[in-house]
Amino acid sequence: MRRLIFILPLVLFAVLAGYFALGLTRDPSVVPSALIDKPVPEFTLPPLLKDGEGLASADLKGKVQLVNVFASWCVPCRIEHPVLMRLAKEQGITVKAINYKDKPEDAVRWLNQGGNPYSAIGADQDGRVSINWGVYGVPETYVIDAQGRIRYKVVGPVMPDEVERHILPLIKELQG
Amino acid sequence: MKRFLGVAAAALFLGLASPAFAVQPDEVLKDPAMEARAREISKELRCLVCQNQSIDDSNAPLARDLRVLVRERLVAGDDDSGVLGYITARYGDYVLLRPPFKASTYVLWIGPVVVLLLGAVGAALFLRGRNRPAAAGDTEAPLTPDERARLDKLLREDT
Repeated sequence: MRRLIFILPLVLFAVLAGYFALGLTRDPSVVPSALIDKPVPEFTLPPLLKDGEGLASADLKGKVQLVNVFASWCVPCRIEHPVLMRLAKEQGITVKAINYKDKPEDAVRWLNQGGNPYSAIGADQDGRVSINWGVYGVPETYVIDAQGRIRYKVVGPVMPDEVERHILPLIKELQG
Repeated sequence: MKRFLGVAAAALFLGLASPAFAVQPDEVLKDPAMEARAREISKELRCLVCQNQSIDDSNAPLARDLRVLVRERLVAGDDDSGVLGYITARYGDYVLLRPPFKASTYVLWIGPVVVLLLGAVGAALFLRGRNRPAAAGDTEAPLTPDERARLDKLLREDT
């Protein structure tokens, strides 16, 4: 019994050290999404491209797909762009987009330069729809299941490692 | 004296520097009472771009959007908790600068008190153990008559 009292501080220290060690592995700038496993918010956005499709919540039901929030002024978006191109063109995954607070002509030029991986792009000029999605920076990418629920969120550019480790396995699982 | 002047000058300059307000004139509501409520609510909400500022303090574009949104909700007739609920439904509890008291945050709120109590119990046990007369096992045996005699002799020699 007496010995227990001497071991107790050590145990407490180990528990706290465990928590702190875990805390060090997490990125404090990534805010967990409040919308995981919830249906996508109700919204309708006009198309960015004249001959393209816009984006509305009804378009996000029926199959597993990605929604990418991007802007031509966003530097990390350039980094993830080739990754999204490969996902869309080589893996055959549907990627739709919300164009966040962008000038349409800039966004169009950007897509002409790097290619257009998106099957539909909604223009969110005032950023209001993105607030409903819980967007707090661009780029952000969401995995939507066939029921139109948000299942996963990537904050910051989608990197190949992220695709291999999380996105593709999740899409496979959701497609069942 | 020189030092005092330096400190005084520094204080003067600091006083002259006016705080930079993030809230822009075009955001301010006409109704002063509602604007005051909007300011109070904005101070409760974290700017997710800069993270350690409230949206009331932050110049980030998203903070501005959220300030405008807070004011729109107020004008639409939401009460204060309704507005906070509207924002947390989108951004989660993390957006609140004061975490709510609920099951997932019990450790956060109660943890420090528990640690303090554990420390107090530990300190009390330690102090009680130190002040208590030593336990039966380790008391010294009383002196034998022989030892007593030697001790008395030594004490007498001393004087």
